[in-house]
Amino acid sequence: MVRIQSEDFDSGAEIAILRRNNPAIGAIASFIGLVRDVNSGDHVSELTLEHYPGMTEKALEKIVDEAKSRWDVIDLLVIHRVGVLHPTDQIVLVVVAGAHRGEAFAACEFVMDYLKTQAPFWKKEQTSAGGRWVEARSSDDAAAERWTR
Amino acid sequence: MDDSDLLKARGVVSGRVDTITILYFARLKEAFGRASERFALPQSVDTVGGLREHLRTRGGSWETELADTKPVRVALNQEMAAPAARLSPGDEVAFFPPVTGG
Repeated sequence: MVRIQSEDFDSGAEIAILRRNNPAIGAIASFIGLVRDVNSGDHVSELTLEHYPGMTEKALEKIVDEAKSRWDVIDLLVIHRVGVLHPTDQIVLVVVAGAHRGEAFAACEFVMDYLKTQAPFWKKEQTSAGGRWVEARSSDDAAAERWTR
Repeated sequence: MDDSDLLKARGVVSGRVDTITILYFARLKEAFGRASERFALPQSVDTVGGLREHLRTRGGSWETELADTKPVRVALNQEMAAPAARLSPGDEVAFFPPVTGG
């Protein structure tokens, strides 16, 4: 499942819902991305996340489907926040439930690597020098590229 | 259906036949001072790459932000598209910088 929302999320509650009444689940891997107070050596006071309503949901669904086709995943949840966030705020949650840890870890990392490079979200950060759009990193492209080999 | 309804319907129909919708996101939205526009497709423009080239002729920030050296991404009907992707009336085209979510 994919959700885009401005509100915060509760990872514990989300995981509880996901694993409820499902004795086939033997492993759950999760990832939470957070707003840091520093980027490229500058203090960051605020982060605004923009997205492309419609396409972002489709892109995330596609990534989830791809993960499910590659690994034996029982359930997969992606929540991504948009709007104005601040340091320590949660940005993104990925939860993968599987029979064993191997596929859960791999699928979770795959979803994050693809989300970073394929899903239309853009970050603008406020620093003491004013607002600036975050530049895409080549290390993120390299991370996603690993899965194509 | 009275005349005004007919005219309205014709407007919608001709709009679909002749134009596309262009969306701009993030840095491009700010640089161009707009999030979207209806765009009448000239006969000379039939691909995503051709549209980018055409928009550059508006000059100023259009010329600099859409330059070939800039890493601009284009989506056609909400799917990533290559410059050779063909345009059809009614299409939704989006221009944006490389994504930075997560």
